[in-house]
Amino acid sequence: MALTKALMAEKLFEELGLNKREAKEMVELFFEEVRSALENGESVKLSGFGNFDLRDKSTRPGRNPKTGEEIPITARRVVTFKPGQKLKARVEAYAGTNT
Amino acid sequence: MTERVSKTEMVKRIQASSNMKKRDDVNLIINCFIEEIGSALSKGERVDFPGFGSFSVSHRAERKGRNPQTGEEITIAAHDAPVFKAGKDLKSRVKEGI
Repeated sequence: MALTKALMAEKLFEELGLNKREAKEMVELFFEEVRSALENGESVKLSGFGNFDLRDKSTRPGRNPKTGEEIPITARRVVTFKPGQKLKARVEAYAGTNT
Repeated sequence: MTERVSKTEMVKRIQASSNMKKRDDVNLIINCFIEEIGSALSKGERVDFPGFGSFSVSHRAERKGRNPQTGEEITIAAHDAPVFKAGKDLKSRVKEGI
């Protein structure tokens, strides 16, 4: 089963004894703080997990796949994630594949 | 754009906007997050956080690589790798920052 915000809150309740309201709040706060750092142009480095980095992309030509009409893709900033060694090693070891 | 927020700084910020009294507790919570996401991914499960993004596992086929130092050809074995895809809200909030 996929891990969701609700399940994450449940884990905080089970593992750390936070009450359900607190747990839900902390899950939201965590994502909000990471998001607002990235929004303000800061990259986020979570040791043992990975880095959320920002990349600036310049304008490039695009196309509407339905009509074939050419439309420029505007310059934008995007978020990339670079997994850390520890996370990479944990995932690498997974033998099966679901894709 | 080069400012980098560490985990310690993140813990500080999260504590400041929460009702948590001890920074250590916030640190435990963040570690629990990291642990749970890693554990789900290590089982090949998807992790979905609407508004933030999703993490999943992607299979990488075996390929030939080269040791950049010696130029020696090596085989990179098939393996799985974690992937992150930013969600709608995160994307649109970051987009205009350029």
